[in-house]
Amino acid sequence: MKKNDLILIGILLALGIIMLVIINAAKSEGSRVLITVDGREEAILELDEDIVYVIEGDNGERNVLEIKDGHADMTEANCPDKLCVKHRDIHYDNETIICLPNKVVIRIIDGEDSGLDAVVY
Amino acid sequence: MKTKKVAVYGLLIALAFIFSYIDSLVPMPFAVPGMKLGLANLVVITALYTMGPKQAFVLSIVRIILVGFTFRDPSTLAFSIAGGLLSWMLMSIFRHIKLFSMTGVSIIGGVAHNLGQILVAMVYLESGYVIFYFPALLVSGVITGTLIGLLGMLVVKRLKNAIKD
Repeated sequence: MKKNDLILIGILLALGIIMLVIINAAKSEGSRVLITVDGREEAILELDEDIVYVIEGDNGERNVLEIKDGHADMTEANCPDKLCVKHRDIHYDNETIICLPNKVVIRIIDGEDSGLDAVVY
Repeated sequence: MKTKKVAVYGLLIALAFIFSYIDSLVPMPFAVPGMKLGLANLVVITALYTMGPKQAFVLSIVRIILVGFTFRDPSTLAFSIAGGLLSWMLMSIFRHIKLFSMTGVSIIGGVAHNLGQILVAMVYLESGYVIFYFPALLVSGVITGTLIGLLGMLVVKRLKNAIKD
């Protein structure tokens, strides 16, 4: 290993960790869940209402989203890799669960900060 | 000489194919899409250092297409090809300019693979939020890239004479 390799490792690790810290520091609780399928908006659900929502695609794609105790979690999917099901539950603003094969994106929206996008006096 | 070349290609592609399978079996601590050990890259980088960029390219693309139709969903081929191409391109460039040793090149390859996949995912899903996966993939890519690079150096040292024609 060359000295340059160590510098590269140092820079990339520092970059990754700084980005992770910034993303974590900017975290705020979200209040709603946006479901998009193939870039189209499918539904917006409230995070404080427990619900089991089934997302069905045009070609038999099926994902089951469960909202419970303010957390959204993908509990079932018929995609081959099941990465979305293994993903931990989400509740912070802008956190996502993505099911790539089924083109489903679950995203938490309307965090406390972004609630101020229209203030009228 | 030609027969040997065919045999070496076959051997390396088979090896990359099996490594891809092992990659999909090894569980990673976080379920971030695209996070994996990257053993398959060991074969690509070994080819890059013993045979050359052209041969590494053929190997990488053949592996991706084979794996796409067997262990993964063919719909994910676009991601793998984008990742594979970007990774191959940057590894070839950095190998050529000799700024880093094999470890550095392997790290660049691993991180580039993730970056390529994320860029395609952003277009495919029409969602820029996929980029939030990148920091975690960057950190994991540096760690696995280092391991694969160190392993690659040992492999190249032992196989250089056997593979060269």
